[in-house]
Amino acid sequence: MIAHAIFFYVFSIIAVISAIMVTVSKNTVHSVFFLILDFISISCLFIMIGAEFLGMIMLIVYVGAVAVLFLFVVMMLNVAQQKNQWFVSEANSGHIPVGLLISAIIFCELIIVIGGWKYKPDLFETGNLITNEISNTHSLGQVLYTDYIHIFQISGMILLIAMIGAIVLTFRKREGVKTQSYLKQISRERSEGVEVLEVASNKGVKIDD
Amino acid sequence: MEYVNIIFQEVYKILFLLVPVLVSVAMIVWLDRRVWAFVQKRQGPNVVGPFGLLQSLADALKYIFKEIIIPASSNKIIFIIAPIITMTLALIAWAVIPFGVNQVLADINVGILYIFAVSSLGVYGIIMGGWASNSKYPFLGAIRSAAQMVSYEVSIGIIIINVLLCVGSLNLNDIVIAQKDMWFVIPLFPMFIIFFISALAETNRPPFDLPEAEAELVAGYQTEYSGMMYAMFWLGEYANILLMCALGSILFLGGWLSPIDLYPFDLIPGAIWLIFKILLLFILFALVKAIVPRYRYDQLMRLGWKIFLPLSLTYVVLTASYLFYFNLLPTI
Repeated sequence: MIAHAIFFYVFSIIAVISAIMVTVSKNTVHSVFFLILDFISISCLFIMIGAEFLGMIMLIVYVGAVAVLFLFVVMMLNVAQQKNQWFVSEANSGHIPVGLLISAIIFCELIIVIGGWKYKPDLFETGNLITNEISNTHSLGQVLYTDYIHIFQISGMILLIAMIGAIVLTFRKREGVKTQSYLKQISRERSEGVEVLEVASNKGVKIDD
Repeated sequence: MEYVNIIFQEVYKILFLLVPVLVSVAMIVWLDRRVWAFVQKRQGPNVVGPFGLLQSLADALKYIFKEIIIPASSNKIIFIIAPIITMTLALIAWAVIPFGVNQVLADINVGILYIFAVSSLGVYGIIMGGWASNSKYPFLGAIRSAAQMVSYEVSIGIIIINVLLCVGSLNLNDIVIAQKDMWFVIPLFPMFIIFFISALAETNRPPFDLPEAEAELVAGYQTEYSGMMYAMFWLGEYANILLMCALGSILFLGGWLSPIDLYPFDLIPGAIWLIFKILLLFILFALVKAIVPRYRYDQLMRLGWKIFLPLSLTYVVLTASYLFYFNLLPTI
Protein backbone atom coordinates (compact mmCIF):
# COMPACT_ATOMS: atom_id res chain seq x y z
CA MET A 1 0.00 0.00 0.00
CA ILE A 2 2.85 2.39 0.78
CA ALA A 3 4.44 1.68 -2.57
CA HIS A 4 1.08 2.36 -4.19
CA ALA A 5 0.83 5.71 -2.44
CA ILE A 6 4.39 6.63 -3.41
CA PHE A 7 3.70 5.85 -7.07
CA PHE A 8 0.42 7.77 -6.93
CA TYR A 9 2.07 10.88 -5.54
CA VAL A 10 4.99 10.70 -7.96
CA PHE A 11 2.71 10.46 -10.98
CA SER A 12 0.32 13.14 -9.75
CA ILE A 13 3.15 15.54 -8.93
CA ILE A 14 4.58 15.01 -12.42
CA ALA A 15 1.10 15.52 -13.90
CA VAL A 16 0.46 18.76 -12.02
CA ILE A 17 3.91 20.21 -12.63
CA SER A 18 3.86 19.39 -16.32
CA ALA A 19 0.35 20.83 -16.64
CA ILE A 20 1.64 24.08 -15.15
CA MET A 21 4.70 23.98 -17.41
CA VAL A 22 2.46 23.65 -20.48
CA THR A 23 1.14 27.13 -19.87
CA VAL A 24 4.27 28.67 -18.38
CA SER A 25 7.06 27.58 -20.72
CA LYS A 26 8.12 30.16 -23.30
CA ASN A 27 8.87 27.75 -26.13
CA THR A 28 5.72 26.32 -27.70
CA VAL A 29 7.40 23.05 -28.63
CA HIS A 30 8.46 22.60 -25.01
CA SER A 31 4.88 23.08 -23.89
CA VAL A 32 3.73 20.37 -26.28
CA PHE A 33 6.37 18.06 -24.81
CA PHE A 34 5.09 18.88 -21.32
CA LEU A 35 1.57 18.17 -22.53
CA ILE A 36 2.74 14.73 -23.67
CA LEU A 37 4.37 14.12 -20.28
CA ASP A 38 1.08 15.14 -18.69
CA PHE A 39 -0.86 12.66 -20.83
CA ILE A 40 1.58 9.88 -19.96
CA SER A 41 1.40 10.48 -16.21
CA ILE A 42 -2.40 10.73 -16.33
CA SER A 43 -2.60 7.41 -18.14
CA CYS A 44 -0.29 5.92 -15.49
CA LEU A 45 -2.79 7.15 -12.89
CA PHE A 46 -5.61 5.49 -14.86
CA ILE A 47 -3.68 2.23 -14.87
CA MET A 48 -3.12 2.53 -11.11
CA ILE A 49 -6.85 2.75 -10.36
CA GLY A 50 -7.39 -0.40 -12.43
CA ALA A 51 -8.65 1.21 -15.63
CA GLU A 52 -5.85 -0.33 -17.68
CA PHE A 53 -7.80 -0.28 -20.96
CA LEU A 54 -8.55 3.43 -20.64
CA GLY A 55 -4.94 4.17 -19.74
CA MET A 56 -3.56 2.30 -22.74
CA ILE A 57 -6.12 3.80 -25.14
CA MET A 58 -5.21 7.24 -23.79
CA LEU A 59 -1.55 6.52 -24.56
CA ILE A 60 -2.31 5.22 -28.06
CA VAL A 61 -4.82 7.87 -29.11
CA TYR A 62 -3.62 11.03 -27.39
CA VAL A 63 0.10 10.50 -27.11
CA GLY A 64 0.61 8.27 -30.14
CA ALA A 65 -1.55 10.17 -32.60
CA VAL A 66 -3.07 13.47 -31.47
CA ALA A 67 0.03 14.89 -29.78
CA VAL A 68 2.16 13.92 -32.80
CA LEU A 69 -0.06 16.05 -35.00
CA PHE A 70 0.09 18.86 -32.42
CA LEU A 71 3.85 18.69 -32.46
CA PHE A 72 3.84 18.59 -36.22
CA VAL A 73 1.88 21.84 -36.48
CA VAL A 74 3.72 23.64 -33.69
CA MET A 75 7.15 22.80 -35.12
CA MET A 76 6.14 24.27 -38.48
CA LEU A 77 5.05 27.60 -36.99
CA ASN A 78 7.51 30.40 -36.71
CA VAL A 79 7.30 30.55 -32.96
CA ALA A 80 9.73 33.36 -32.25
CA GLN A 81 7.95 35.76 -34.58
CA GLN A 82 4.55 34.98 -33.12
CA LYS A 83 5.76 35.51 -29.60
CA ASN A 84 6.84 39.00 -30.52
CA GLN A 85 3.50 39.77 -32.07
CA TRP A 86 1.37 38.46 -29.26
CA PHE A 87 3.10 39.22 -26.03
CA VAL A 88 5.80 41.82 -26.46
CA SER A 89 4.16 44.55 -28.46
CA GLU A 90 1.55 46.53 -26.53
CA ALA A 91 -0.49 47.43 -29.59
CA ASN A 92 -1.66 43.87 -30.06
CA SER A 93 -2.71 43.01 -26.50
CA GLY A 94 -6.45 43.45 -27.03
CA HIS A 95 -7.07 39.73 -26.86
CA ILE A 96 -5.98 39.40 -23.22
CA PRO A 97 -9.24 40.56 -21.53
CA VAL A 98 -11.30 38.30 -23.82
CA GLY A 99 -9.01 35.39 -23.04
CA LEU A 100 -9.31 36.04 -19.30
CA LEU A 101 -13.11 36.16 -19.56
CA ILE A 102 -13.27 32.86 -21.44
CA SER A 103 -10.88 31.14 -19.06
CA ALA A 104 -12.92 32.37 -16.08
CA ILE A 105 -16.07 30.88 -17.64
CA ILE A 106 -14.34 27.55 -18.31
CA PHE A 107 -12.99 27.54 -14.75
CA CYS A 108 -16.51 28.02 -13.34
CA GLU A 109 -17.82 25.21 -15.54
CA LEU A 110 -15.08 22.87 -14.38
CA ILE A 111 -15.88 23.66 -10.74
CA ILE A 112 -19.55 22.83 -11.36
CA VAL A 113 -18.60 19.53 -13.00
CA ILE A 114 -16.15 18.53 -10.28
CA GLY A 115 -18.59 19.58 -7.52
CA GLY A 116 -21.22 17.17 -8.81
CA TRP A 117 -18.79 14.25 -9.10
CA LYS A 118 -19.34 11.18 -6.93
CA TYR A 119 -16.12 9.36 -6.10
CA LYS A 120 -16.00 5.66 -5.40
CA PRO A 121 -15.16 5.17 -1.73
CA ASP A 122 -12.54 2.44 -2.27
CA LEU A 123 -10.87 3.99 -5.29
CA PHE A 124 -7.48 2.44 -4.63
CA GLU A 125 -8.55 -0.98 -3.39
CA THR A 126 -9.67 -2.10 -6.84
CA GLY A 127 -6.39 -1.42 -8.57
CA ASN A 128 -5.34 -4.71 -10.08
CA LEU A 129 -3.56 -5.17 -13.38
CA ILE A 130 -2.95 -8.90 -13.02
CA THR A 131 -5.25 -11.33 -14.84
CA ASN A 132 -8.49 -11.92 -12.94
CA GLU A 133 -11.82 -13.43 -13.93
CA ILE A 134 -13.52 -10.65 -15.85
CA SER A 135 -11.26 -7.90 -17.04
CA ASN A 136 -12.02 -4.27 -17.42
CA THR A 137 -11.77 -4.58 -21.23
CA HIS A 138 -14.36 -7.35 -21.33
CA SER A 139 -16.82 -5.49 -19.14
CA LEU A 140 -16.35 -2.31 -21.19
CA GLY A 141 -16.90 -4.24 -24.42
CA GLN A 142 -20.06 -5.83 -23.07
CA VAL A 143 -21.80 -2.52 -22.39
CA LEU A 144 -20.27 -0.31 -25.07
CA TYR A 145 -21.81 -2.11 -28.05
CA THR A 146 -25.11 -3.05 -26.39
CA ASP A 147 -26.45 -0.56 -23.82
CA TYR A 148 -24.55 2.47 -25.07
CA ILE A 149 -24.52 1.73 -28.80
CA HIS A 150 -26.37 4.93 -29.72
CA ILE A 151 -24.11 7.20 -27.72
CA PHE A 152 -21.10 5.37 -29.14
CA GLN A 153 -22.33 5.74 -32.72
CA ILE A 154 -23.22 9.41 -32.23
CA SER A 155 -19.77 10.22 -30.88
CA GLY A 156 -18.31 8.44 -33.89
CA MET A 157 -20.49 10.54 -36.22
CA ILE A 158 -19.35 13.75 -34.47
CA LEU A 159 -15.73 12.78 -35.05
CA LEU A 160 -16.49 11.95 -38.69
CA ILE A 161 -18.17 15.35 -39.19
CA ALA A 162 -15.17 17.10 -37.63
CA MET A 163 -12.89 15.21 -39.99
CA ILE A 164 -14.96 16.05 -43.06
CA GLY A 165 -15.08 19.67 -41.94
CA ALA A 166 -11.32 19.86 -41.61
CA ILE A 167 -10.85 18.33 -45.06
CA VAL A 168 -13.40 20.68 -46.66
CA LEU A 169 -11.77 23.73 -45.06
CA THR A 170 -8.26 22.92 -46.24
CA PHE A 171 -8.99 21.22 -49.55
CA ARG A 172 -8.26 23.24 -52.65
CA LYS A 173 -8.11 22.03 -56.19
CA ARG A 174 -4.86 22.91 -57.85
CA GLU A 175 -4.51 23.28 -61.56
CA GLY A 176 -1.83 21.59 -63.57
CA VAL A 177 -0.79 18.97 -61.03
CA LYS A 178 0.78 15.96 -62.69
CA THR A 179 -0.28 12.67 -61.18
CA GLN A 180 0.71 9.12 -61.90
CA SER A 181 -1.78 6.42 -62.66
CA TYR A 182 -0.32 3.10 -61.62
CA LEU A 183 -2.81 1.19 -63.72
CA LYS A 184 -1.82 3.12 -66.82
CA GLN A 185 1.88 2.64 -66.11
CA ILE A 186 1.57 -1.08 -65.61
CA SER A 187 -0.73 -1.71 -68.59
CA ARG A 188 1.52 0.19 -71.01
CA GLU A 189 3.04 -1.94 -73.73
CA ARG A 190 6.07 -1.66 -75.88
CA SER A 191 4.13 -0.77 -79.01
CA GLU A 192 2.74 2.39 -77.32
CA GLY A 193 6.04 3.62 -76.01
CA VAL A 194 8.61 2.75 -78.63
CA GLU A 195 8.61 3.72 -82.27
CA VAL A 196 11.30 3.01 -84.85
CA LEU A 197 11.85 5.87 -87.25
CA GLU A 198 13.86 6.17 -90.41
CA VAL A 199 15.95 9.29 -89.90
CA ALA A 200 17.00 11.03 -93.08
CA SER A 201 20.53 12.42 -92.98
CA ASN A 202 20.84 16.12 -92.04
CA LYS A 203 17.07 16.53 -91.63
CA GLY A 204 16.26 14.85 -88.33
CA VAL A 205 12.77 13.91 -87.22
CA LYS A 206 9.96 15.73 -85.49
CA ILE A 207 8.67 14.11 -82.34
CA ASP A 208 5.27 15.17 -81.12
CA ASP A 209 5.41 15.23 -77.37
CA MET B 1 13.69 -5.11 4.28
CA GLU B 2 10.84 -6.86 2.51
CA TYR B 3 10.59 -4.09 -0.07
CA VAL B 4 14.31 -4.22 -0.73
CA ASN B 5 14.03 -7.96 -1.37
CA ILE B 6 11.16 -7.48 -3.79
CA ILE B 7 13.03 -4.73 -5.62
CA PHE B 8 16.15 -6.91 -5.91
CA GLN B 9 14.10 -9.80 -7.25
CA GLU B 10 12.48 -7.60 -9.85
CA VAL B 11 15.78 -6.06 -10.90
CA TYR B 12 17.23 -9.56 -11.24
CA LYS B 13 14.30 -10.62 -13.44
CA ILE B 14 14.56 -7.49 -15.59
CA LEU B 15 18.31 -7.97 -16.09
CA PHE B 16 17.69 -11.60 -16.97
CA LEU B 17 15.50 -10.38 -19.83
CA LEU B 18 17.34 -7.22 -20.88
CA VAL B 19 20.90 -8.51 -21.09
CA PRO B 20 20.03 -11.27 -23.60
CA VAL B 21 17.93 -8.77 -25.57
CA LEU B 22 20.82 -6.30 -25.77
CA VAL B 23 23.33 -8.99 -26.70
CA SER B 24 21.00 -10.36 -29.35
CA VAL B 25 20.53 -6.85 -30.73
CA ALA B 26 24.29 -6.67 -31.26
CA MET B 27 24.29 -10.14 -32.86
CA ILE B 28 21.33 -9.29 -35.05
CA VAL B 29 23.18 -6.31 -36.53
CA TRP B 30 25.92 -8.71 -37.56
CA LEU B 31 23.34 -11.12 -39.01
CA ASP B 32 21.69 -8.29 -40.92
CA ARG B 33 24.95 -7.17 -42.51
CA ARG B 34 25.95 -10.74 -43.24
CA VAL B 35 22.66 -11.65 -44.99
CA TRP B 36 22.79 -8.38 -46.91
CA ALA B 37 26.32 -9.18 -48.03
CA PHE B 38 25.53 -12.75 -49.09
CA VAL B 39 22.64 -11.60 -51.27
CA GLN B 40 25.06 -9.24 -53.02
CA LYS B 41 27.79 -11.93 -53.30
CA ARG B 42 30.03 -10.19 -50.78
CA GLN B 43 31.54 -11.56 -47.57
CA GLY B 44 30.29 -8.97 -45.09
CA PRO B 45 31.90 -8.54 -41.67
CA ASN B 46 34.06 -11.67 -41.22
CA VAL B 47 37.27 -10.47 -39.61
CA VAL B 48 36.64 -9.73 -35.92
CA GLY B 49 36.17 -12.99 -34.03
CA PRO B 50 34.88 -16.28 -35.49
CA PHE B 51 32.78 -15.55 -38.60
CA GLY B 52 33.03 -11.87 -37.65
CA LEU B 53 30.63 -12.43 -34.74
CA LEU B 54 32.36 -9.83 -32.57
CA GLN B 55 32.11 -7.11 -35.21
CA SER B 56 29.17 -5.38 -33.45
CA LEU B 57 31.10 -5.42 -30.17
CA ALA B 58 34.05 -3.75 -31.87
CA ASP B 59 31.71 -1.17 -33.41
CA ALA B 60 30.10 -0.45 -30.06
CA LEU B 61 33.53 -0.02 -28.46
CA LYS B 62 34.46 2.45 -31.18
CA TYR B 63 31.25 4.44 -30.62
CA ILE B 64 31.82 4.59 -26.88
CA PHE B 65 35.28 6.08 -27.25
CA LYS B 66 34.26 8.63 -29.85
CA GLU B 67 33.58 12.20 -28.85
CA ILE B 68 29.93 13.23 -28.53
CA ILE B 69 29.45 16.40 -30.54
CA ILE B 70 26.48 18.55 -29.60
CA PRO B 71 25.74 21.25 -32.19
CA ALA B 72 25.97 24.79 -30.78
CA SER B 73 22.56 25.88 -32.08
CA SER B 74 20.74 22.73 -31.00
CA ASN B 75 18.23 22.50 -28.18
CA LYS B 76 20.62 20.68 -25.87
CA ILE B 77 18.28 19.03 -23.37
CA ILE B 78 15.94 17.59 -25.99
CA PHE B 79 18.91 16.67 -28.18
CA ILE B 80 20.29 14.50 -25.37
CA ILE B 81 16.92 13.09 -24.29
CA ALA B 82 15.92 11.90 -27.80
CA PRO B 83 18.23 8.84 -28.14
CA ILE B 84 17.53 7.90 -24.52
CA ILE B 85 13.79 7.85 -25.24
CA THR B 86 14.24 5.77 -28.40
CA MET B 87 16.32 3.18 -26.60
CA THR B 88 14.18 3.04 -23.44
CA LEU B 89 10.95 2.61 -25.39
CA ALA B 90 12.47 -0.11 -27.54
CA LEU B 91 13.47 -2.02 -24.40
CA ILE B 92 10.45 -1.58 -22.07
CA ALA B 93 8.11 -3.22 -24.58
CA TRP B 94 9.91 -6.54 -23.97
CA ALA B 95 8.34 -6.69 -20.50
CA VAL B 96 5.16 -8.32 -21.82
CA ILE B 97 6.63 -10.70 -24.43
CA PRO B 98 5.92 -14.29 -23.24
CA PHE B 99 8.71 -16.86 -23.64
CA GLY B 100 6.74 -19.76 -22.21
CA VAL B 101 3.57 -20.60 -20.28
CA ASN B 102 4.53 -18.51 -17.27
CA GLN B 103 7.82 -17.10 -18.47
CA VAL B 104 6.82 -13.47 -18.81
CA LEU B 105 7.97 -10.45 -16.83
CA ALA B 106 4.55 -8.77 -16.59
CA ASP B 107 1.51 -10.89 -17.41
CA ILE B 108 -0.89 -7.98 -17.86
CA ASN B 109 -4.41 -8.08 -19.25
CA VAL B 110 -3.80 -5.53 -21.97
CA GLY B 111 -0.43 -6.83 -23.18
CA ILE B 112 -1.03 -6.23 -26.86
CA LEU B 113 -2.31 -2.70 -26.22
CA TYR B 114 0.79 -2.04 -24.13
CA ILE B 115 3.09 -3.07 -26.98
CA PHE B 116 1.03 -1.02 -29.41
CA ALA B 117 1.16 2.03 -27.13
CA VAL B 118 4.90 1.75 -26.59
CA SER B 119 5.60 1.34 -30.29
CA SER B 120 3.42 4.35 -31.05
CA LEU B 121 5.46 6.38 -28.56
CA GLY B 122 8.61 5.43 -30.47
CA VAL B 123 8.01 8.23 -32.94
CA TYR B 124 8.87 10.82 -30.28
CA GLY B 125 12.52 9.83 -30.10
CA ILE B 126 12.82 10.52 -33.81
CA ILE B 127 10.80 13.76 -33.82
CA MET B 128 12.69 15.13 -30.81
CA GLY B 129 16.04 14.23 -32.32
CA GLY B 130 15.15 15.80 -35.63
CA TRP B 131 13.76 18.99 -34.16
CA ALA B 132 16.41 19.54 -31.50
CA SER B 133 19.23 19.22 -34.04
CA ASN B 134 18.06 22.54 -35.52
CA SER B 135 19.19 21.57 -38.97
CA LYS B 136 17.35 21.05 -42.24
CA TYR B 137 18.00 17.39 -43.05
CA PRO B 138 17.22 16.02 -39.59
CA PHE B 139 14.03 18.05 -39.46
CA LEU B 140 12.85 16.80 -42.84
CA GLY B 141 13.69 13.25 -41.82
CA ALA B 142 11.79 13.63 -38.55
CA ILE B 143 8.69 15.01 -40.27
CA ARG B 144 8.76 12.20 -42.81
CA SER B 145 9.13 9.50 -40.20
CA ALA B 146 6.37 10.95 -38.03
CA ALA B 147 3.91 10.86 -40.93
CA GLN B 148 5.08 7.40 -41.94
CA MET B 149 4.88 5.82 -38.50
CA VAL B 150 1.47 7.32 -37.71
CA SER B 151 0.10 6.06 -41.06
CA TYR B 152 1.31 2.51 -40.73
CA GLU B 153 0.28 2.25 -37.09
CA VAL B 154 -3.34 2.51 -38.25
CA SER B 155 -3.09 -0.58 -40.42
CA ILE B 156 -1.11 -2.50 -37.78
CA GLY B 157 -3.84 -1.68 -35.25
CA ILE B 158 -6.55 -3.02 -37.52
CA ILE B 159 -4.53 -6.19 -38.24
CA ILE B 160 -4.21 -6.71 -34.48
CA ILE B 161 -8.01 -6.38 -34.22
CA ASN B 162 -8.29 -9.28 -36.70
CA VAL B 163 -6.25 -11.49 -34.41
CA LEU B 164 -8.08 -10.30 -31.30
CA LEU B 165 -11.42 -11.25 -32.86
CA CYS B 166 -10.21 -14.84 -33.08
CA VAL B 167 -8.74 -14.84 -29.56
CA GLY B 168 -11.11 -12.82 -27.39
CA SER B 169 -8.37 -11.56 -25.10
CA LEU B 170 -5.71 -8.85 -25.09
CA ASN B 171 -3.27 -10.97 -23.09
CA LEU B 172 -0.31 -12.12 -25.17
CA ASN B 173 -0.18 -15.54 -23.50
CA ASP B 174 -3.85 -16.10 -24.34
CA ILE B 175 -3.11 -15.15 -27.93
CA VAL B 176 -0.39 -17.79 -28.09
CA ILE B 177 -2.53 -20.47 -26.42
CA ALA B 178 -5.41 -19.77 -28.83
CA GLN B 179 -3.12 -20.90 -31.66
CA LYS B 180 -2.65 -24.35 -30.22
CA ASP B 181 -4.69 -26.03 -32.97
CA MET B 182 -3.85 -23.76 -35.87
CA TRP B 183 -1.47 -20.85 -36.20
CA PHE B 184 -3.20 -17.66 -37.25
CA VAL B 185 -0.91 -17.39 -40.24
CA ILE B 186 -3.13 -19.93 -42.03
CA PRO B 187 -6.60 -18.34 -41.73
CA LEU B 188 -5.22 -14.78 -41.69
CA PHE B 189 -2.49 -15.18 -44.31
CA PRO B 190 -3.21 -11.88 -46.17
CA MET B 191 -3.07 -10.07 -42.84
CA PHE B 192 0.31 -11.64 -42.10
CA ILE B 193 1.68 -10.25 -45.36
CA ILE B 194 0.27 -6.80 -44.64
CA PHE B 195 1.57 -6.96 -41.06
CA PHE B 196 5.04 -7.83 -42.32
CA ILE B 197 5.11 -4.92 -44.77
CA SER B 198 3.66 -2.51 -42.21
CA ALA B 199 6.26 -3.64 -39.69
CA LEU B 200 8.95 -2.79 -42.25
CA ALA B 201 7.47 0.71 -42.56
CA GLU B 202 6.93 1.09 -38.83
CA THR B 203 10.58 0.35 -38.06
CA ASN B 204 11.87 2.48 -40.95
CA ARG B 205 13.47 -0.48 -42.67
CA PRO B 206 14.18 -0.57 -46.39
CA PRO B 207 12.25 -0.27 -48.72
CA PHE B 208 10.55 2.28 -46.45
CA ASP B 209 13.65 3.90 -44.95
CA LEU B 210 12.61 7.35 -46.18
CA PRO B 211 13.44 9.08 -42.86
CA GLU B 212 17.10 8.24 -43.34
CA ALA B 213 17.28 8.01 -47.12
CA GLU B 214 20.98 8.67 -47.50
CA ALA B 215 20.73 9.90 -51.07
CA GLU B 216 18.31 12.67 -50.15
CA LEU B 217 18.69 13.44 -46.45
CA VAL B 218 22.28 12.42 -45.54
CA ALA B 219 21.16 10.31 -42.57
CA GLY B 220 17.79 11.82 -41.72
CA TYR B 221 17.07 12.52 -38.07
CA GLN B 222 20.42 11.16 -36.89
CA THR B 223 22.60 13.36 -39.08
CA GLU B 224 23.86 15.51 -36.20
CA TYR B 225 24.40 12.65 -33.76
CA SER B 226 27.75 11.12 -33.05
CA GLY B 227 29.44 8.67 -30.73
CA MET B 228 27.38 6.92 -28.10
CA MET B 229 24.22 8.89 -28.85
CA TYR B 230 24.24 7.67 -32.43
CA ALA B 231 24.84 4.14 -31.17
CA MET B 232 21.80 4.43 -28.91
CA PHE B 233 19.58 5.38 -31.84
CA TRP B 234 21.01 2.44 -33.69
CA LEU B 235 20.48 -0.01 -30.83
CA GLY B 236 16.96 1.29 -30.30
CA GLU B 237 16.17 0.83 -33.96
CA TYR B 238 17.34 -2.78 -34.01
CA ALA B 239 15.63 -3.55 -30.69
CA ASN B 240 12.44 -2.22 -32.26
CA ILE B 241 12.93 -4.47 -35.29
CA LEU B 242 13.40 -7.47 -33.02
CA LEU B 243 10.28 -6.46 -31.11
CA MET B 244 8.25 -6.28 -34.30
CA CYS B 245 9.54 -9.74 -35.29
CA ALA B 246 8.55 -11.03 -31.84
CA LEU B 247 5.11 -9.47 -32.19
CA GLY B 248 4.69 -11.02 -35.63
CA SER B 249 5.65 -14.46 -34.37
CA ILE B 250 3.32 -14.14 -31.36
CA LEU B 251 0.35 -12.90 -33.39
CA PHE B 252 0.70 -15.20 -36.40
CA LEU B 253 3.34 -17.90 -35.92
CA GLY B 254 2.22 -19.31 -32.60
CA GLY B 255 4.76 -17.63 -30.31
CA TRP B 256 6.44 -20.18 -28.04
CA LEU B 257 4.34 -23.12 -29.32
CA SER B 258 6.26 -25.84 -31.10
CA PRO B 259 5.23 -26.34 -34.74
CA ILE B 260 4.57 -30.06 -34.23
CA ASP B 261 3.07 -31.20 -30.94
CA LEU B 262 4.90 -34.56 -30.88
CA TYR B 263 7.40 -36.25 -28.59
CA PRO B 264 10.88 -35.02 -29.53
CA PHE B 265 9.68 -31.49 -30.26
CA ASP B 266 7.93 -31.03 -26.88
CA LEU B 267 11.24 -31.30 -25.06
CA ILE B 268 12.59 -28.13 -26.64
CA PRO B 269 11.62 -25.19 -24.39
CA GLY B 270 9.23 -22.57 -25.75
CA ALA B 271 11.80 -19.78 -25.57
CA ILE B 272 13.92 -21.59 -28.17
CA TRP B 273 10.96 -21.84 -30.55
CA LEU B 274 10.16 -18.16 -30.08
CA ILE B 275 13.77 -17.17 -30.74
CA PHE B 276 13.80 -19.42 -33.80
CA LYS B 277 10.66 -17.76 -35.18
CA ILE B 278 12.00 -14.26 -34.43
CA LEU B 279 15.20 -15.14 -36.31
CA LEU B 280 13.20 -16.48 -39.25
CA LEU B 281 11.23 -13.24 -39.52
CA PHE B 282 14.38 -11.18 -39.07
CA ILE B 283 16.15 -12.97 -41.92
CA LEU B 284 13.13 -12.09 -44.06
CA PHE B 285 13.55 -8.45 -42.97
CA ALA B 286 17.22 -8.58 -43.95
CA LEU B 287 16.46 -10.19 -47.32
CA VAL B 288 13.89 -7.50 -48.13
CA LYS B 289 16.52 -4.87 -47.37
CA ALA B 290 18.86 -6.44 -49.90
CA ILE B 291 16.47 -7.07 -52.78
CA VAL B 292 13.88 -4.26 -52.88
CA PRO B 293 14.50 -0.69 -54.08
CA ARG B 294 13.37 2.27 -51.96
CA TYR B 295 9.83 3.59 -52.27
CA ARG B 296 9.08 7.17 -53.22
CA TYR B 297 7.34 9.13 -50.46
CA ASP B 298 3.97 9.53 -52.18
CA GLN B 299 3.97 5.83 -53.08
CA LEU B 300 4.58 5.04 -49.41
CA MET B 301 1.63 7.13 -48.25
CA ARG B 302 -0.58 5.72 -50.99
CA LEU B 303 0.30 2.17 -49.99
CA GLY B 304 -0.50 2.86 -46.34
CA TRP B 305 -3.75 4.76 -46.64
CA LYS B 306 -5.28 3.66 -49.93
CA ILE B 307 -4.35 -0.02 -50.04
CA PHE B 308 -3.51 -1.42 -46.61
CA LEU B 309 -6.16 0.42 -44.63
CA PRO B 310 -9.16 -0.61 -46.82
CA LEU B 311 -7.79 -4.17 -47.20
CA SER B 312 -7.34 -4.74 -43.49
CA LEU B 313 -10.72 -3.13 -42.69
CA THR B 314 -12.42 -5.43 -45.19
CA TYR B 315 -10.69 -8.38 -43.62
CA VAL B 316 -11.94 -7.34 -40.17
CA VAL B 317 -15.51 -7.38 -41.51
CA LEU B 318 -14.90 -10.76 -43.18
CA THR B 319 -13.36 -12.32 -40.08
CA ALA B 320 -16.10 -10.99 -37.82
CA SER B 321 -18.88 -12.19 -40.16
CA TYR B 322 -17.29 -15.62 -40.53
CA LEU B 323 -16.88 -16.06 -36.78
CA PHE B 324 -20.40 -14.80 -36.13
CA TYR B 325 -22.08 -16.91 -38.81
CA PHE B 326 -20.41 -20.17 -37.78
CA ASN B 327 -20.83 -19.32 -34.11
CA LEU B 328 -17.09 -19.47 -33.49
CA LEU B 329 -16.76 -16.20 -31.58
CA PRO B 330 -14.61 -16.77 -28.48
CA THR B 331 -16.41 -16.79 -25.17
CA ILE B 332 -15.04 -15.09 -22.10
